[in-house]
Amino acid sequence: MIVAERKPLAEIIEMVKDCKKVLVLACRGCVTVCSAGGEREAEILSSLIRLGMKKAGKSIEIINGSLVRQCDREYIDEIDQWDGEYDAVVSTACGVGVNFISNLRKDTMVYPALNTTFFGGSAEQGEWTEQCAGCGDCVLHLTGGLCPVARCAKSLMNGPCGGSVDGVCEINKDVECIWQSIHDRLNSFDRVAQMEVIAPIRDWSTAGHGGPRKVVRDDLTV
Amino acid sequence: MSFDPAITLFSCHYTSQQSCAEEGSELEQLGFPASINLIRVPCTGKLQVTTLLQAFEDGADGVYVVGCPVEGCHNVKGSLRAAKRVDSVRDALEELGVEGGRVQMYHLPRGLHPEFVAKGKEMDSRIRDLGPSPFKN
Repeated sequence: MIVAERKPLAEIIEMVKDCKKVLVLACRGCVTVCSAGGEREAEILSSLIRLGMKKAGKSIEIINGSLVRQCDREYIDEIDQWDGEYDAVVSTACGVGVNFISNLRKDTMVYPALNTTFFGGSAEQGEWTEQCAGCGDCVLHLTGGLCPVARCAKSLMNGPCGGSVDGVCEINKDVECIWQSIHDRLNSFDRVAQMEVIAPIRDWSTAGHGGPRKVVRDDLTV
Repeated sequence: MSFDPAITLFSCHYTSQQSCAEEGSELEQLGFPASINLIRVPCTGKLQVTTLLQAFEDGADGVYVVGCPVEGCHNVKGSLRAAKRVDSVRDALEELGVEGGRVQMYHLPRGLHPEFVAKGKEMDSRIRDLGPSPFKN
């Protein structure tokens, strides 16, 4: 899922300080699963915005809404039910949602309530870790299913650097050296010889270094 | 500055049993502060962050929660969940530049005991020291 965190309240309140009415718009997609921008978090944020504005001697009216997702046109259209009822939208979606509303509603000011962080998973309740960098050229079939692009601090493609000690990365003792883990995992499948194959110089254009990316599926377009 | 605070207490049904004794008059006789509005909940683990924040929106100068001991919650982890939510409200208050001490969690044994009244007095005294809620502007 896309993992995100709420922005500092001071930043959000600064965005809406001149608004009289805002629509705090939750997203029931990834940010609900990572407890950052679902309906519950949007309600909490609404209360905190009201309190923050009260403390500043101002008042603000907040409408709460939510969309199934904020990354599809068909759901964005549902915003129209609140037309004329707000000065701005505070979206608790990831950055995709904020962009999508901005793309599709030219007269609507949209503010982000979250900082979008990474593609990750949750192995422990309340804890998320980065697992994928969305680089566009997956090598997981060569690395035992563990991603060196997202999970190696240097995104190395040919084994660990000299900072790997006892399976731990030099940047932080809580970060595993993913190349050690790749080695151990390949070894457990008797495929450690795979480590000897030199990965070629990588073309990072698929990772966004070639500009914004786009996927078109002719079989799905009508 | 002297003022009469408004304090909201959310208390576990079991922990606050004494509030029912003698039709509620016993707490008063024991010196439980009149500034405290006691709301009993089936389990403090049911309290949501929004409930605690709403109390501030409704004009509370301070909010506190009394739940079971961490290791002795009737619903296993209810009071632990409540403590986590109180912590998150405290963090949010501090982010807004408001004293975190305006919200507090206490873990107390069930039934009639002096700590329930003592913690009420402690909260009353603290909020009197802090003064009126900055959200009352």
